[in-house]
Order: sequence, then structure tokens, then C-alpha cells
Amino acid sequence: MSQTYTIHIDGVAIQALPGQKLIEAADAAGIYIPRLCHKRGLEPFGACRLCTVLVNGRPGTACTTPVADGMVVENDIESLREFRKQIIEMLFVEGNHFCMFCEMSGNCELQAMAYRFGITAPRYPYIWPHREIDASHPDILIDRNRCILCGRCVRASRDIDGKHVYDFVGRGAHKQIAVNAAARLADTNADVTDEALNVCPVGALLKKRTAFQVPIGRRLYDLKPIGSEIESDGSTRID
Amino acid sequence: MARKKPRLATTSLAGCFGCHMSLLDIDDRILQVAELVDFDKSPIDDFKEFTGRCAIGLVEGGCCNEENVEVLRDFRKHCDILVSIGDCATMGGIPALRNMVPLQECLDEAYLNGPSVYNPSGKVPDDEEVPLMLDKVYPAHEVVKIDYHLPGCPPPADTLFAALVALLGNEPVELPYQLIKYD
Ligand code: SF4
Ligand code: SF4
Ligand code: FES
Repeated sequence: MSQTYTIHIDGVAIQALPGQKLIEAADAAGIYIPRLCHKRGLEPFGACRLCTVLVNGRPGTACTTPVADGMVVENDIESLREFRKQIIEMLFVEGNHFCMFCEMSGNCELQAMAYRFGITAPRYPYIWPHREIDASHPDILIDRNRCILCGRCVRASRDIDGKHVYDFVGRGAHKQIAVNAAARLADTNADVTDEALNVCPVGALLKKRTAFQVPIGRRLYDLKPIGSEIESDGSTRID
Repeated sequence: MARKKPRLATTSLAGCFGCHMSLLDIDDRILQVAELVDFDKSPIDDFKEFTGRCAIGLVEGGCCNEENVEVLRDFRKHCDILVSIGDCATMGGIPALRNMVPLQECLDEAYLNGPSVYNPSGKVPDDEEVPLMLDKVYPAHEVVKIDYHLPGCPPPADTLFAALVALLGNEPVELPYQLIKYD
């Protein structure tokens, strides 16, 4: 039988497998650690810092930290909740998020995260950056106003589609998602069937002519908070 | 002795009155609200000026011109609790779409160059009766202190009602998950 570790998250003892990342072990045990850049099936990236937990008292990102036997993890505590709220609020003021007409509204992970944390308005002043839209492709739209630089499309295109259509250019506040072409998305080999189009957590990378098909009230996060699909008494808990 | 009812003021700044429509959308519960409060300055009773101190002020819309700023400051001065209602008040909303375009370009497009513009004077209106536009559209809390935010476009009627009842009962505004929406 393969070896298992025991770790504690907020006082709950769970089993973990060597090689697992902390977030995977928590998921299996039905413990939700908030995340935006991480997505099951994609390489861990560690970009958004939303999954930051305290591992044996030190901050670390749960999506990139490998489990170790005897780890003591703090996740759902006031200081971290506050820290996560600040990250979410910063993401809202750093982009241009007009949820009232956004195709992704109701299904958007950033918006859902704000709902989960009960955020009614960001505490920071809005920046209103100038961001470009790329509508050149017949079936795909890039709206950088809503991009949160999570890198999911970069990883999915590179590792699943085998195409490397997307990547980042620029640094700091000027960092943005770019396409692997001299100018436009239409000049790449991007296709509407690419997995990269299914992973964007927000309304930044969209399939054209698919918007607003689910009525309000039946969208992913209308009634239940993001994370509730994970929260349960997972089978890997030890009582 | 009949207790004096707390007063409620409302206004629409750079908004579309949709949030006020949502307030009316609480249907017959408006009678409960009328029992709990007296309306002061508000488009609902058409009082143009404050008549006194108000317990609660509801602000729809952000600030796109100097008149909005004046009214908002007046609300802050007269209201114990000031509440931003709707996305325009909490984040700028649709009017803030111009925030990514320099003001001069916006004015030129609206009054001189737009495809449907008919303006023989060839000038941007500058009558002193017209309030001066701000460089950007500002959410209310970037202009004065705001105590509570109720987002939504518009906020659901249930959200407005729940918040009003809580505030009038001196309770904290704790909205259930389904009542905080940004769309
Ligand atoms: S991407 Fe999400 S947060 Fe941004 S405007 Fe769309 S729904 Fe709102
Ligand atoms: S386009 Fe979407 S998936 Fe790609 S980095 Fe931006 S937010 Fe992430
Ligand atoms: S989910 Fe771990 S850093 Fe983004």
C-alpha cells in the first residue's frame, strides 16, 4: 500500500498523498481553499495568491505547495479572509469590470469570489486602465478589460492544445495577455474548439455568439457560492 | 406620545433612475416603508431641498459633473447613514464607460464628430447653466464617505427592502448570498 500523510487544515485531520499539492488534498477532503489562477488539470501557476494559507505558521500558496506529513495548515481564518478580500478588490479596480453587461456575469469566478466574500464595493480607487480588445478572430474575442492575468489560457493552450497561442508581454502594471502573432488573434492557429477557451475564469477570452444563453437565476453562481461544489465531508477526512 | 418618524432622502446623480424604479418594485411593501419613515428630499415626493436631518440617504448614480458632487456633499451633510445603491454609485456604472477616453475626445464625439450629430454651431455647449463635467465619472465613495453599498444594476427590490428594514431597526446590514449581485 502506498504511503499516506496526515495533515491538519483548520484543525481537521485529512489524508494526503505524496506528490499532491495542498489544494488537491484539501479538495479531496471537501475543504475549499479559494483560488482563481488554479484549475484542476492545469499546471500549478501561483499567480493570484488567493489560495495563500499558513503552512506551519508561514504564508504559502496552496496550489503550489506540496503536502508533507504532519503539516499544520490554517485556511479559513479572519486574517486570511481579509487578505483574500483585498486581492479580489484590487483585481476589480485594476481592470474595467462592467458586470452589468458582461457575458460572463453569473458564471464568472472573479465575480463569484466577490459574492462569496460579501464584497459590496472595493475599498481602493478605480484605475480605469486603457486596455485593448482583439475581435479579429471570427469565433473568438479577447477583452483585456476583464483579464486578470491568471495564465490559465497560456497553460491550456501550451499544455493541452499544444499550440501556445497566448502568453504574457510587459511587466508590472503593463503586463497583458498577448497572442503568438505579429498583430492579431486572427493570425494565429487559435480555433474555437481549443481547450484554452474553456478555462478563462472571467469574461476575457470568449467564444463569440454564445453569450447570454442561460437565464438569470440559473447561472452557475446565482444561488450558490463558488466553492460549494467542493465543500463536503470528503472521504479523505480522518475523524 | 407619537414618536417622530426618521426621515429618508433619496437622489439620482449620474444614474438612470433604474434604482429608484427598483425601490418602487418592492410593491406593497412601500406602505411598510412609508410607515417606518417620512420621505425628505427625494424624487419620490418631489421635495427639492432638505427640510432637516435625515436618518438615511440613498444615493443612486456616481458623480459625472460638479452638480452631482454638490448634491452628494449635501446628502453627506444631512444624512446620518449614507448608502450607495446600484453599480453607478458603487463603481461608476455605464456612465463610467467614458473613463477610458479623454474628456475632450468624449465631448468632440458627442457634439461635433459623432455620426448622428446635427450641430450647426460647431461648438460644445458651454452655457453656465450646464454643470461642468468632471474629468471622469467617480463612484460616490470616491467623493464622500459612504456607509453601506448595495450593488446591482439595479439592486434587487428585495435587497433594497432588506437593507432599509435593517437600517431602520438599527441592525447591521447583513445580506444573504442571493441579494448581493453586480448585474
Ligand atoms: S469578467 Fe467577471 S468581474 Fe469582470 S465584468 Fe465580467 S462578470 Fe464582472
Ligand atoms: S485571458 Fe482569461 S485565462 Fe487568459 S490570462 Fe486573462 S483571465 Fe486568465
Ligand atoms: S490559486 Fe494559488 S496562487 Fe492562484
